[in-house]
Amino acid sequence: MAEIRLTEHPILQFKRGRKISFTFNGKKLDGHEGETVAAALHAAGVTTYRRSPQLHRPRGFFCAIGKCSSCLMTVDGVPNVRICITPLREGMKVCSPKGKGQLPEDDPATIWTWPGQYVDKILETEVAIIGAGPAGLSAAVETTRMGAETVVFDENDGIGGQLIKQTHMFFGSKEQHAKVRGIDIVPLLLEQIDDSRAQIMLEATAIGLYADKTLGVVRRQELFGLRAQKIIMASGASENMLAFEHCDLPGVYGAGAVQTLMNVYGLIPGRRVLMVGAGNIGLIVSYQLLQAGVEVVEVIEAAPYIGGYHVHAAKIRRAGVPIHTCHTITKASGQEKVEGAVVAQVDSHWQPIPNTQRELAVDVICLAVGLSPTAELLFQAGCQSCYIPELGGHVAVHDENLETTVKGIYVAGDASGIEEASTAMLEGRLAGLCAAESLGKKAISERKEEILSQLKELRTGPFGEKARKGKEMMRQEACRYGL
Amino acid sequence: MTEDTIICRCEDVTYGQVVEAIEQGFTTTEEMKRMLRCGMGACQGRTCGRLIAQIIAAKTGTSLSQVPLPTSRPPAAPTELAILAGTPHEETS
Repeated sequence: MAEIRLTEHPILQFKRGRKISFTFNGKKLDGHEGETVAAALHAAGVTTYRRSPQLHRPRGFFCAIGKCSSCLMTVDGVPNVRICITPLREGMKVCSPKGKGQLPEDDPATIWTWPGQYVDKILETEVAIIGAGPAGLSAAVETTRMGAETVVFDENDGIGGQLIKQTHMFFGSKEQHAKVRGIDIVPLLLEQIDDSRAQIMLEATAIGLYADKTLGVVRRQELFGLRAQKIIMASGASENMLAFEHCDLPGVYGAGAVQTLMNVYGLIPGRRVLMVGAGNIGLIVSYQLLQAGVEVVEVIEAAPYIGGYHVHAAKIRRAGVPIHTCHTITKASGQEKVEGAVVAQVDSHWQPIPNTQRELAVDVICLAVGLSPTAELLFQAGCQSCYIPELGGHVAVHDENLETTVKGIYVAGDASGIEEASTAMLEGRLAGLCAAESLGKKAISERKEEILSQLKELRTGPFGEKARKGKEMMRQEACRYGL
Repeated sequence: MTEDTIICRCEDVTYGQVVEAIEQGFTTTEEMKRMLRCGMGACQGRTCGRLIAQIIAAKTGTSLSQVPLPTSRPPAAPTELAILAGTPHEETS
């Protein structure tokens, strides 16, 4: 049986940091420097972290990108730590919380060493960019090039956002990094950012945004304010959940979580996977699972058609993985973690058809059922929202320059409406350019037209139809708000 | 999906509880949040929000576009109280 830690991979090489030890509920375990606590636990075979507060159900991670809070643990006495984005450190004590966690005991080593110092002063910058993924980094390329002082921050301990797990080659033209793998785009973006103008802050979480464009940021135990003249929200998206019996069991993972484990940390998520969703993400992650030597038992899709590119579907079909449309999952089975799944056919109203249930022996149920824009900070600041299903649900109303209804606050990438990384990078550039221009910085002429025409090009054709329609509806919403 | 299916994993809210609340007349995500705490937990509704809206839409016969989001407030991510409270100012003695 294959090891959890991958040593060989057709595309990736895993250079693990030095071995370090930590404890999980008192038991000594080993992990590697550079891993998150969740990755190290997974590698050690720990999938169930704690019991849920009221019903005492087993809980593990779901999204693995810091959005869902399913992985909260007590770390070195601090309760409710998101261990999926917390870097592992030597000697860490990781414990299952009781209930919703306890206040730290009166131990001088924990609570009474007060964190950092409280910052009364508020830092100032011309542009603040939330998120160092494809959109955020691209925005910083433009703002710094145009001479705007820029702070980019991200709650992860590395840059790149979801690009760091995208091992497939991109489509589009040369300007859009066609034929380059997502993982290789990150250094290309970083290279183009003018260091003298930019500051990149990692492990920094924006916890609030106010209408005067002040952000509340927590960075390594310290809270500070950051007042920016322009804000660019490039906060990405969160994985959609699907409700079915025992959907909260550890082993039910978001597609992004599976990619994180496999492509960032070189860990297989399990042995036998049921993929739910045949959109591009479901198909691509299925293929990546096969590349990592994991069996994909089948791919199911509730719609009567495969949503993703047929070239991806053909690849996994050729590898012998069946794709069943008009199918859904009705149940996850298992006590402490996923041991199986029940799938069924659905009728035209998406309801399971009786007597079509089949049981599958799987240890991972991977959900690739869409994403929702992460936009709550915008709504906190008073940006108007509208509901556009084609863009992933509730999105901040924005004009063609990606400016929201609050002047000076921009949105780009998945946070502005779910698309993919190529359009996210272009939107980031557009938002960066428009934000810097409105600060009085001089834009390179024709640059904006060039970006707009590339965006249009990417949204042309059958697979850009959804985004095109969504953005068209957004234009109408923007008009309603006088943008 | 059964009565016991977990909809909000932060606060352990089940499908049955959500449906019961709707039957009692709580048909907005804002009311649901106050009644059942779903959306007030650590994830601030990122996991359950869409599911709750879908159940409300299905049970009240409206479309998802008619189910507004609940109000979002800081902190948007789990934050230690000690960090929010900050260090007490050094006493000058």
